[in-house]
Amino acid sequence: MRSPEHVELVRTDPDLPPVAVIDRRPMTTGKKLVFAAIGLLAAIAWALVAFVRGESVNGAYFVVAAVGTYVIAYRFYARLIEYKVVRPRDDRATPGEQYENGRDFAPTDRRVLFGHHFAAIAGAGPLVGPVLAAQMGYLPGTLWIIIGAVLAGCVQDYLVLWLSTRRRGRSLGQMIRDEMGTIGGAAGLVGVFVIMIIILAVLALVVVNALAESPWGVFSVGMTIPIALFMGVYLRYLRPGRVSEVSVIGVVLLVLAIVAGGWVADTPWGAETFTLEPVTVAWLIVGYGFLASVLPVWLLLAPRDYLSTFMKVGTIVLLAVGVIIAQPAVQAPAVSSFAIEGNGPAFAGSLFPFLFITIACGALSGFHALISSGTSPKLVQKESQLRLIGYGGMLTESFVAIMALVTAISIDQHLYFTMNAPGTLTGGEPGSAADYVNGLGLAGPPVTGEEIQAAADSVGEESIISRTGGAPTLAFGMSQILGSFLGGASLQAFWYHFAIMFEALFILTTVDAGTRVARFMLSDTLGNLGGPLKKFRDPSWRVGAWICSIVVCGLWGAILLMGVTDPLGGINTLFPLFGIANQLLAAMALAVVTVVVVKKGYVRWAWIPAVPLVWDLAVTMTASFQKIFSPEPSLGYWAQHAAFRDARAAGETSFGTAADPAAMDAVIRNTFIQGTLSIVFAVLVLVVALVALWVCVKAVRAGGLPTTEEPDAPSSTFAPSGLVSTDAEKEVAAQWSAYHDEHPDRLSTGTHA
Amino acid sequence: MERVPRRAPGQAEHGHARVSVLRRGWRAVTWYVTGVLGESDYQRYVAHLRRVHPDAPVPTVGEYWRERYAALDVDPGARCC
Repeated sequence: MRSPEHVELVRTDPDLPPVAVIDRRPMTTGKKLVFAAIGLLAAIAWALVAFVRGESVNGAYFVVAAVGTYVIAYRFYARLIEYKVVRPRDDRATPGEQYENGRDFAPTDRRVLFGHHFAAIAGAGPLVGPVLAAQMGYLPGTLWIIIGAVLAGCVQDYLVLWLSTRRRGRSLGQMIRDEMGTIGGAAGLVGVFVIMIIILAVLALVVVNALAESPWGVFSVGMTIPIALFMGVYLRYLRPGRVSEVSVIGVVLLVLAIVAGGWVADTPWGAETFTLEPVTVAWLIVGYGFLASVLPVWLLLAPRDYLSTFMKVGTIVLLAVGVIIAQPAVQAPAVSSFAIEGNGPAFAGSLFPFLFITIACGALSGFHALISSGTSPKLVQKESQLRLIGYGGMLTESFVAIMALVTAISIDQHLYFTMNAPGTLTGGEPGSAADYVNGLGLAGPPVTGEEIQAAADSVGEESIISRTGGAPTLAFGMSQILGSFLGGASLQAFWYHFAIMFEALFILTTVDAGTRVARFMLSDTLGNLGGPLKKFRDPSWRVGAWICSIVVCGLWGAILLMGVTDPLGGINTLFPLFGIANQLLAAMALAVVTVVVVKKGYVRWAWIPAVPLVWDLAVTMTASFQKIFSPEPSLGYWAQHAAFRDARAAGETSFGTAADPAAMDAVIRNTFIQGTLSIVFAVLVLVVALVALWVCVKAVRAGGLPTTEEPDAPSSTFAPSGLVSTDAEKEVAAQWSAYHDEHPDRLSTGTHA
Repeated sequence: MERVPRRAPGQAEHGHARVSVLRRGWRAVTWYVTGVLGESDYQRYVAHLRRVHPDAPVPTVGEYWRERYAALDVDPGARCC
């Protein structure tokens, strides 16, 4: 071992080998040089991204800039957070070791847990947000995805994971109540529930927009349900426990379903049966959500989750390889006029705050706080591994978002806006859409109606006009990137539907699991009210399960249908609400983290969670304020509401993009609901933020306050911290191997094969 | 400590170095995939029972997964967007 005088070995029991390695060795010169080189490379790539203009900007620069920054941030900033805030103590038993039961509490190898955690946090969010944000140009999105992840998103994930690990894996809602009292706790609980409903609705809306009028997509995504049922039965009755075997079978069937979708869509009966109106698709998804919530998990939910995990890793790797091999030229400007004027067709509002609202997942996602508290803390072996799981997991998600952004900005700008402007602007026909996008003053030669139709034909779709929601655009970009080196034009339609399929798969997995989680939150809350409602506490009471499932599906289903039928174009009015909701959840998570850091007396380092918290509050409060109070109807929900109500009162039968009185009434109703939700979100988070501030002030005055951290329990296992073991860790591991060979009876499951 | 599968002793000496590397790679991949998907949880549970509750009856694979999914029915665990 190199310079052992700087390595301290901690023992909790004199008869056992050391349980922790405290490594204070300075970096070797070789390592310093490697990090300097990585930093230099990243700086060059950043300079190329930021200052080179026109078609010479290569998509691969983004990958180099991102990865280089991640390496430096992980090595230095995450390490600073570790030293100053987390202060991991590997001589302390984690919940997994202390309460090990071989089931939910089970120490798991850090690399496996990383995969687990990443599969749980990654979904369609980091793929959709950056695609929409591409309307503002490539530079703002790139900066926010990378810097936001490093300074905000990863910090939140890492620190929430730390909090929960020191509290037996308690959930975010419980931790808010424990640390901030009943008022903050109640606001937190209601907030989490409402936010979950809106997130489910908007994600479902993305699927509806991808599947409506697309017989190929409907057939292949619909086939995932019988495939999942088959996998469920296979796992229960034919070969129990053979998860990877059945997943491989499922993935093969899935690819077959995509290919078969092309054949089916080509036949007249197939096209007729599977070409569905958006409203029909929406009802089908609501029905699916209900079924998934009441059917046993083994039949539908669990097998879908296996499929989703497999597809997730596979397609992300495929996309990364695609971008690196194809090196697409960037078509978007660095900063578009929409970023400055705030009149973009994909979503309204100027760069601040709406870029930071639109790219939620991938830079800072509050939803991750729900994942980071609960499951992963019960599986971690050592506190020092939290940096890899929490910070590293989120860096990987940020990388996915960069890939999605590169895909979107390498699409021809005219086609990008053809796909992302609502139907009321494009007119829905190739000719009118071409006229509309040619009038936007975009770079590059103008597009013709024939070219737009040819683009649709190339991916096997009837039309690509106004296919909003991000998923079709990403699929289109992916089909171009992958088609450029895998199969060429002949396979482009396959790749398009492959991409649609995996996005729909991710989202439906989130929707079915989310509906179930929300259902339990609701029945728990009702049960705790007491009286005759106590019965709701019993999870096996079928009537209660049905009632709660209907209520939850009804809530998000209503918002979904509202978005689908919105005369103003659902995505551009609802997506900001989704982003605001997600960022508000992040504000709650960062607030509780800041409170704990201050209570523990680390006031000097409280800026680490407080800076992202203040930034996030500024973004969300500005966005909420504009959505509530802006006099500009395209931006403010209430301004729009008033404009339509006045027009209706004046006896007009059509107004703006609403063609008849019924559509006007729809706008009046929708804007009322959206405006009310904005107010509710903002108030709930303000309550949590103010309570947090009050607790912080109290803690500073008292010079620190007790937290609800569990008391220490000595650890009696060892595990390395980082992805790769150091020489010191290998030596300790060898001591443990020798110890276990001598005492086979003391073998611990978490630490040995 | 490292759970990466160990090479069978003496394999490399028999001149099967490449086969052994492939086999190790394959074992590492299956170890990882079964770990992330949860397939190896059953073995982990059985090992835990044998060690901590040696007298408790050991469930079959089928029984284990039935119980496991029944627990998931009540607490499915959120998936992110």
